[in-house]
Order: sequence, then C-alpha cells, then structure tokens
Amino acid sequence: MAPHAAPEGATSLQRSTRWPGWKYLLAVGIVGYATFPLLYVLSAAFAESGTLTGSTRLFTSFSTKNFAALSDTRYWTWAGNSLEVAVATALGSVLMGAAAAYAFSRFRFRGRRTGLTTLLVIQMFPQMLAFVAIFLLLLTLGEVVPALGLNSKLALICVYLGGALGTNTFLMYGFFNTIPTELDEAARIDGATHAQIYWGIVLRLTTPILAVVALLSFIASFGEFILARVVLTSEKSWTLAVGMFTWVSDQLNANWGTFAAGAVLAALPVLVLFLALQKYIVSGLTAGSVKG
Amino acid sequence: MSSSPLTADATHPDSRERRPRRESPARTFNSTDGYVVKLVLMALVNALGLFIAWSAWTAGSWFLLGGSLVLLAAADWVYFSRRTVPLKYILPGLLFLLVFQIFTMAYTGYVAFTNYGSGHTLTKERAIDALLIQNERRDPEAPSYPLSILRDAEGTLGFAIVDDGSVRVGDAETPLAAAPDATLEGKRITAVPGWDVLALTDLVGDPALLEKVSELRVPVSEDDAAGSIRTQDGSRGAIYRSVLVYDDAADTMTDVETGVVYRPNDRGSFVAEDGTALGVGWRVVVGFENFTKAFTDSAYAGPFAKILVWTFAFAILTVLSSFLVGLLIAGVFNDPRIRGQKVWRTLFILPYAFPAFLSALLWKGMLHSNPDYGIINQLFFFGQRIEWLDDPTLAKLAILGVNLWLSYPYWFLVCTGALQSLPADVVEAATIDGAGPVRIWRAITLPLLLVSTAPLIISSFAFNFNNFTLIYMLTNGRPRFTDTSAPLGHTDILISMVYQISGVAGGRADYGLASALSLLIFVIVGVISVLAFRQTRKLEEML
Repeated sequence: MAPHAAPEGATSLQRSTRWPGWKYLLAVGIVGYATFPLLYVLSAAFAESGTLTGSTRLFTSFSTKNFAALSDTRYWTWAGNSLEVAVATALGSVLMGAAAAYAFSRFRFRGRRTGLTTLLVIQMFPQMLAFVAIFLLLLTLGEVVPALGLNSKLALICVYLGGALGTNTFLMYGFFNTIPTELDEAARIDGATHAQIYWGIVLRLTTPILAVVALLSFIASFGEFILARVVLTSEKSWTLAVGMFTWVSDQLNANWGTFAAGAVLAALPVLVLFLALQKYIVSGLTAGSVKG
Repeated sequence: MSSSPLTADATHPDSRERRPRRESPARTFNSTDGYVVKLVLMALVNALGLFIAWSAWTAGSWFLLGGSLVLLAAADWVYFSRRTVPLKYILPGLLFLLVFQIFTMAYTGYVAFTNYGSGHTLTKERAIDALLIQNERRDPEAPSYPLSILRDAEGTLGFAIVDDGSVRVGDAETPLAAAPDATLEGKRITAVPGWDVLALTDLVGDPALLEKVSELRVPVSEDDAAGSIRTQDGSRGAIYRSVLVYDDAADTMTDVETGVVYRPNDRGSFVAEDGTALGVGWRVVVGFENFTKAFTDSAYAGPFAKILVWTFAFAILTVLSSFLVGLLIAGVFNDPRIRGQKVWRTLFILPYAFPAFLSALLWKGMLHSNPDYGIINQLFFFGQRIEWLDDPTLAKLAILGVNLWLSYPYWFLVCTGALQSLPADVVEAATIDGAGPVRIWRAITLPLLLVSTAPLIISSFAFNFNNFTLIYMLTNGRPRFTDTSAPLGHTDILISMVYQISGVAGGRADYGLASALSLLIFVIVGVISVLAFRQTRKLEEML
C-alpha cells in the first residue's frame, strides 16, 4: 500500500529528512477510522440478513435481497421527492442568487450597501429556527391556496428558496466581482442590453461558482430534515431524510438491511458528485460553511 | 472550467477563424425575443398573483389578499419601469426572502408573545363558531327522519329527509325546503332533481366521504335556534341544537340547559363564575409570560437549565475536538514527501461527503447496546453490553464522538488550505534565525492559521448550536429526564427542545413557548455572529 522508501540517490537530502514512514501508518489508521462505518453499511446492504451486523467480518455473504426489498417500501417515492425538491431548490437558488449577485456587483444604486448589510445580518439567522412560524404560515396559506399549504412539495421548495439569497449571494458576489467590468462595457458599446450582458456574458463566465452553489444547495436540501418533517405531513410526500428516519427510529423493529441498501443508494450519487467536484466545493465550504 | 470570454459564442460558425468581422455575442441576441419572454413570464406571474388574491378574497383572508396584491403590484412596477434595473435582478429572490424568511422571523416574534397553541389556535370569531358546533345535543323531543345523502355536479353534499310524507332538501348553506319534484318509494327517496342520490354502499367504501357526511349539518330553517339536521348512520337524520347561545351584545355564552353564563377573560377563554372554562379558546397576546415560563414553570425550568448548559457544551466541545483533530491531521500530512496526497485526502474526507442524516442514523445502529446488533460493542468492547445511547453520560460522549467523525474532515480541508497559503518566507526566516519546528508552530504557524480560521470556528459553533439533525437522528434527546412531564431528555439541545414542545409533529402544541425559545436562540446565535462579524471585518472588505 505505502510506496517504497525514497530512491537511494537522494543521499544528501535523506539525512535531514527521514522517510516519513510513521505518517503512512497514521494515514492507514485514519482511513480505517474514516471508512469503517461506510464499509459496514456497504457490507450490511449486500448481506443476507436484515440486521446491521450479525458478524464481525465484513462481506461474509452477498445478496441483493435488501435492494430488492426497497421496492416493497415507499423508498423510491421518497427518493423521487428528494430529487424533485433538491433539484428545484438548487436551480432556483442559483437563478435567484446569481441575479442578485449580478445586481450588487454591477450596478451602483441607492440602498446597495444597506441591502448587502441586511443580507449579511439575515444570513446569521438560520431559517429552521422559525419552523413554528413557517408551519403556521403554511397552515393559513393552505386554506386559501392548497398547492402552497402543508404537505406540498412546492411549498417546501418555496421555503428553501426563501433562504436562497441569504446563504448564496455573498459566495457569488465575490466571484462576480472578479469578472472584469470592461467586458460588460465593451458589450454595452456594441449595443447589448443589461439582460443580454447578464445571460450572454456574465453567467457564462461564472459557471464554476454557479455549479458550486447548485451542488451545495442540492446537498443541503437533500439532507435537510426539520423543515421537511414539519411541512410534509403525509407519508407519500416525505423526502428520504424524513422517511428513512422512521425506518430506524424504533430500535426493536428497525430493518437495518433495507436501511443500509437505501443509504448506499442515496449516498452514492452525492458522494461521487462531492468527490468529483471537491476542489470547487472546498472553496465554497470555507466561504459558506454548510455542514460543520 | 469556463473558456475565455471571447469564445463565448463558440457555436457561431465563424468563431474559430479570427476574422475581423466577428460579431460581439451581444449582437447575436435578438432583443425583441427577450421582450416576448418577459411579457409571457409577467403574464404568468400576474395570473398566479391574481389567482391567489382571488382565492384569498373568497376565503375572507384579508391579510393574504393585501399581501399578494402589494407583492404583485411591486413585481409589475419593477419589471415594467425603466428606472428599476437593479431591482429586476434582486426581486425574485427578495420576494421569497420577504415571505419565507423575514416574515416568518417577525411572525415568530409575534407568536412568542401570544398563547397560540392547543386550545387557543383560532381567532375569537371562529372559536365562537367552533363552540356552538361542538356543544350540540340531539333534540330529545324531535323525531328522527328517513334520510338520503345527495351530491350535486360540483360535489356539494346535501340531505333529503322525508317529513310527513313530503321530501325536504337542503345543504350546509341552504336550509331545508320542500322538494315536490322528488320521487319517493315508500319511505325511500329515489330521485331528487339536480342532485344524485348516493347509495349507502358508496359511503362504506369511502372513508373521506363518510367523514364529510358525518360532519354535514343542514339547517332546519332560517332561524339558527331551530337547530340543524345531522346523521350518524347515513339513513336517518335527527335535529341537533346547540346548548350554548352566544349573545353578541353582551359578548357572553349561555348554556341553555343549566343557565350558566360564561364570560370572556383576558386569557382567551369563556369562563363561568365558578372558574370552569369552555374547551375552545382563542389566541391573545400574553406579554412576556412565555419567556418567564421557561425559567419558572416546574415542568420546564429544570430541564431548560440542563439543556442550555449541554447545548453550549456540545457546540464548544464539538468544534474544539474536530478542529484539533483536523488541524493535527492537516499538519502531519502537509508534507510534500508523502506520495499520493490526493488519494489520501479523498479517503480522509469520505465521512464529510456522506450525507449527514444517513451517517447519524447509521451510527445509531452501530452504537446499539446489544452486541448482536451493535457493531461498536461487538468489535471494540469484546461484546460487552455498553449502553451507549441509554446512559446520560455515555450518550453525550457518543454524540461528541459521532460528530467528531462527521466534522473533522471539514477542518482537515480548511486547515490544509490555510497551511498551504501561509507565507513561506516567514517560516524560512525563522528557520535561519534558529527556531525549531515546535517553536515555528507555536509562534508563527498557529497564530497565522487561527487568524484565517477564526471566523469559520465561530460559524461552525453557530451551526452546531442548532445541529438538530444529528441530535434528533442519533438519540432523539434520549435518555428521557425522569423528573419532568415534558418530553425532554439529557441529550436534547435547545433547538430539539423547541421542536419537542412546539407540537408541530403532533401531541400537545405550545407555539407560543416554542417561539419564545426560538427567539432566545436567535439572540444567542445573533450575538455569536456579531462576534464573527468583528473578527472577519468581512463587511469592509466586501462592500
């Protein structure tokens, strides 16, 4: 696993810098710590039995029984709901956040500073703290427009989008500021309108940050629990986070095998996306602090 | 990721040969197209807005009507005026922000000062209606009538009864009236013009319909005091009258059977002389009562103090432990001699890329006390039965341990980034001056690192202060406190306490107290964030 010691040629360097063998040992230890729960859930997902373990050895049996069992549950409905909510939230957040960031970055207008300061202050107050008020608001709204009331995925998306400006504007604003304004001016001389500059030039140049914000808000809304639990009241409209919690909230009747299979399927796309785009995500995380 | 700005029109056939005739991307747009798109979008927005306003009008929800009209007018003004260009870009997000964040924050503030909750969910007007309906009694003297259930083309339900050989028909809005055109076979109504007569078998198969039927009341006549027809079984109807009478002028409720008079009090209930209150109340402003309740009410005061302490301890210990571990790993592996940095790094951050709600549930299973299920006890504690999640102290340790696993990768990433951006010349100068590695760490690396990570440490603290998902999924606040009736436990943090007593998930609801506690968290988090603010001076740099 660990590579061999440095080649013998490097004699003069070797005296001052010993081969850091212990660091490889430590690295193996950390990897073990980091991955064993994940290996475990993978092993349990493919295991014959329905419990989480049953044996101290991993991968003793191989069966896709647990994955097949998912279709007897509402798993796929929940997965569909989660995707629907998370994709819509991600798209909406990007559109709204980018538009606002463009305005703050490119136009000088009255109230601009106040606007930015207000956003910064609002950003400090997590939306989830107002879940009681959100519940009561949707309760009232639902009496008038049922599509925007409790138990509506559309309402949940709207609630998430309520936080779109606060969490994302600054991330995008900083990036938008790095795009030289000379480009806008050149286009304006060519007769482009502000909308053409926005859609045709600025958005294309800021694609990396748009992708990061989309991914971060996808991950955040995919795993969000408390608002989803409060808004989505019927089992059919639950998201994975709400639904899978009920599978294992009762220790005695918990069906860990099915849970493990569901967890592997739910985590895999997120895991792959996250790792593929980690370079960009890291910059986003340090600026936005999504999960800590 | 993106290519150079000038190749943005790569689809243009000429773009590859750099001819002088090449057009600006702006010119390839057709500005009338944009205008058409805008008109269509605005037409949709207006249609939606007017629909909501209309629904609010018919439902009598004046606040919603006013709100939707104001927002709609603002949207039309912004998008059809030439003087509001920046607002055109800010408005969509701003509308959502106003309704779903700023309004809800303000509403939280309002609810915190009311007794909104179980028994006090309605306005006074609607509470009176509810009381009149809930206190109905069957009129013992009036006979029961053969009854059929009707439904019209729009789905409105009604009753038809046979009274003295003639058919009378009505629905919730219109009192019973003679229907001479109805056909009668013996005592069974077979057809009523304008209505479908439902068979009893239709009811049996449809619980929702059955419920609607059992809730339906058809007034006997225009006079409210005459009562209304209800049915228990769908085939016979009887007259029900309210035992309570509301006197508009005196604002009192009178029980016609006992003669007791109930008067409204300032707590949102009708109360009799002897202190008995009617079951349904309305919401009123109660001042700071909810705030003092958390400290003085015996059901909450004890748990509240413990939960407050644990919330701080949890947030501080979590941030400290994961920061230190992350920093340590980052420091050790920020070493150019180590091969495969990228691979190691990717493996180290795996816990971070795994969705947190799944990790919390997974650990809950692994920490099960029975070693037959719980892998932790089985693998590391020789099959001992250690009650990781059922002992107050161990449960707290387990939470801290799991959160360490979840969050050290974040700090590893952050610290690695910070270490790599440290100025190399300063370290070099210190080495030349004869400083050893430990000295360099303590005097140079660590202070510089802390400067750049301090704001993140504070925002991570604020995040964990409200880390509901982890607590709720891993322990759900358990083990329970034994000395209180409130559904709270040793590992609850403030936000999960708010969730438990809010009653939004069922059970007894106390929206007022929950909102008051939410406000308290707002304040704590706000103070912490102001600290972060000062630290970063983000504002000056950004504006």
